[in-house]
Amino acid sequence: MKTNHSIMYSSRHHNTSEVTAKYIFLISGIVAIFAVCSITFYMFLKGAPALPVVGPMDLLFGTVWQPTAQVPSYGIFYVILTSIIGTGFAILLGVPIGLLTAVFLTEISAKHLTMIIQPAVELLAAIPSVIYGLLGMMVLNPTIYKLEKLIFAGKTGHQYTGGANLLSAIIVLAIMILPTVINMSVSALKAVPQSYRNASYAMGATKIQTIFQVTIPAAKSGIMTGIVLGIGRALGEAMAINMVAGGSVNFPLPFNSVRFLTTQLVSEMSYAEGTHRQVLFTVGLVLFVFIMVINLILMAISKRGENNEK
Amino acid sequence: MEQKTKISVKDLNLFYGENHALKNVSMDMKENAITAFIGPSGCGKSTFLKTLNRMNDLVDNVKITGQVLLDQEDIYGANVDTTTLRKKVGMVFQQPNPFPMSIYDNIAYGPRVHGIKDKHKLDEIVEESLRGAAIFDEVKDRLKKSALSLSGGQQQRICIARALAVHPDVLLMDEPTSALDPISTSKIEDLMEELKKTYTVVIVTHNMQQAVRVSDDTAFFLLGEMIEYGDTKNLFAYPQDKRTEDYITGRFG
Amino acid sequence: MKNSICVKRKRVSDYVMYGLIYTCAASSVLLLVGIILYVLAKGAGQIHFGFLTNVTSVLRGTVGIAGNIVNTLYIIVITMLIATPIGIGAAVYLNEYTKPGRLVSLIEFATETLAGIPSIIFGLFGMMFFAQTLGLGYSLLTGSFTLTLMVLPLITRNTQEALKTVPDSYRTGAIGLGAGKWYTIRTILLPSAMPGMITGVILAIGKIVGESAALLFTAGSAYTLPKGISDILTKTLSSGGTLTIQLYLSAQKGEFEVAFGIAVVLLVIVLLINGATKLLTKKFDVNREKK
Repeated sequence: MKTNHSIMYSSRHHNTSEVTAKYIFLISGIVAIFAVCSITFYMFLKGAPALPVVGPMDLLFGTVWQPTAQVPSYGIFYVILTSIIGTGFAILLGVPIGLLTAVFLTEISAKHLTMIIQPAVELLAAIPSVIYGLLGMMVLNPTIYKLEKLIFAGKTGHQYTGGANLLSAIIVLAIMILPTVINMSVSALKAVPQSYRNASYAMGATKIQTIFQVTIPAAKSGIMTGIVLGIGRALGEAMAINMVAGGSVNFPLPFNSVRFLTTQLVSEMSYAEGTHRQVLFTVGLVLFVFIMVINLILMAISKRGENNEK
Repeated sequence: MEQKTKISVKDLNLFYGENHALKNVSMDMKENAITAFIGPSGCGKSTFLKTLNRMNDLVDNVKITGQVLLDQEDIYGANVDTTTLRKKVGMVFQQPNPFPMSIYDNIAYGPRVHGIKDKHKLDEIVEESLRGAAIFDEVKDRLKKSALSLSGGQQQRICIARALAVHPDVLLMDEPTSALDPISTSKIEDLMEELKKTYTVVIVTHNMQQAVRVSDDTAFFLLGEMIEYGDTKNLFAYPQDKRTEDYITGRFG
Repeated sequence: MKNSICVKRKRVSDYVMYGLIYTCAASSVLLLVGIILYVLAKGAGQIHFGFLTNVTSVLRGTVGIAGNIVNTLYIIVITMLIATPIGIGAAVYLNEYTKPGRLVSLIEFATETLAGIPSIIFGLFGMMFFAQTLGLGYSLLTGSFTLTLMVLPLITRNTQEALKTVPDSYRTGAIGLGAGKWYTIRTILLPSAMPGMITGVILAIGKIVGESAALLFTAGSAYTLPKGISDILTKTLSSGGTLTIQLYLSAQKGEFEVAFGIAVVLLVIVLLINGATKLLTKKFDVNREKK
């Protein structure tokens, strides 16, 4: 070090490590952008070629899936439909349960009870999906099978699934989105100012009226975020439903063995070859497009929420 | 002119856990009059106001003894339905707190909660309440707009209108102008003159001039006790208690 | 007195809603309790020393998951070694170096998008890019690279949150003393944000432990141990199934004892990780209150 510190000198001296650090951080930040770009690029690169080969309409809207037949047929319409319908019903089942649980946690339950239940709910989110699948196989499928035998007793023409069907998959998905819906709803409800509730009580509204007519409407943007996140999670879930949904490509009826976009990949990717393999990549691409749309909706909602707060 | 007693409080005590927040308060409030509570912050005046429509029930750890009679009925009696009570005793808060919905829905909220579904009836109530709160002309063209888009003073009058829409007997106002500018404040003070023709009004204020301007009777609170209560002009002109005098002459608080 | 305050308003719908709310809350909790108890009841008997330290072998007649445990550890270590510095670096860049603008919103958009992509897509991408294009094949390394992308948002977000809670006075204080930005970050900001970063890392480990779909086509399913000291590094280039993958394969083959045994191990790990993050956030909160 010089004895007479020039401010020019010392700033330049510092600059080397400072600038290096800055660029290292910048590169770290760009990794995420790079990853998203390459994932998008690869999904299209590998997923698009099958479209002209099979014909876009035959592929996306064909209803016959026989990739290994003498004259193969690659229609994935039922698979797409199963993903949409399965997700839709899982949301219909899971969202009310999740929202009401969140209402219980924020509006009704005593504080110490909430402190026990909420971590328990968070734990549900941490349980690996293969465990949900395993339990689905062991507990849910046999139960649904009993129901199936009851409903279809004496009727001919039903292909028994042993309980491994769309209904089981919907129930498993509904359970798996619960923590997402509950956690998002809890934070949204907690963010509603107490003054809204007080104003409602002061007019003689009951607690239930206040919850459903003031608190929940005021929290709707956060709750919507939770629902859309839940949709994303249900659409993308693969392993658990692969273990409980049966696995034949069928029209999505409750007691049909079905394939989702995700389970189609899990079940066939390991052995598929040639066009069959290319079509599977197209299945991946369809899923990817769905997910990206959901992501964009999600960001639009949260942006709108922020604007409303201002 | 002798006025009827609307609310009669007898030996009211209130505890927040260990803290004795209101001590042996007894007083009668007249019908169709404005009663003001004054006192330094933390003296218990707002807490006392909230005992009159049982909003303190919503706070944990509160214990209340004594009686509050509304039209000779004890509001802390065993058979009281707090929702019916609060319909009868409305409240306006310190911070304007309209719901994040349209002006119309804000006003219609109370009537809807109490079972009115008829559209024409609701329209009628909304207009009458907005007129009652002297804001109808300002908002009549944008009833479907969000109430949050209004100014603070307008929001507070929306809140008053919202309270009027359930046709209460009593209107409790907890420092209703403390968050507002002087012009909005004077509008609301003028409004209070009108309101007392129909309602019994009880107001908490930290502003002594406001108490002088608007109220018929004033009660002075200090450290959870009601020190002095009487005709507003008398109380400010000839305070009986040394502490009241110290407070209204600005020696503390 | 026509409207006495003692008139009770009966609202049947209120009681119905209360009933529904209690039922839903109770079933959410019972679900968790049920899952844990069922897994423990079915799998606890399976857990013994040999199950955890042996490798399943028809020749020796042993059943064990030691290989899968080692594979899981491999993937955790490699993934975190890569993802932690990148994730933290990105957070530092977002929070300390840039003003809100194009690049920041682009990085944040990318991070959010990554967080929203399901693991099966990561699996597909890993298979196409790391395994095929880069020629790494089904290997622990391919699996780790794939998971790196997946856990990146988790680490970035948690670090960002932690950095946001560091008071600005720390920054201005350090800059005021003539410290450079990098110096400030290294000596003041990162240490203050440590609990948040550790939380992110633990959560990421939890995600790796529970992950299956992204590994099926990237890391493969072998369940052998490294052959010796010399094999420790080369092992990363060979196939290896984690605990979740083995659970899946065992369940598909109908070997439910093994599946439940693994389920117990996984549940215990998940519980530990959850407890650790809870403890950490609590400690973090306490420290913050003191300040």
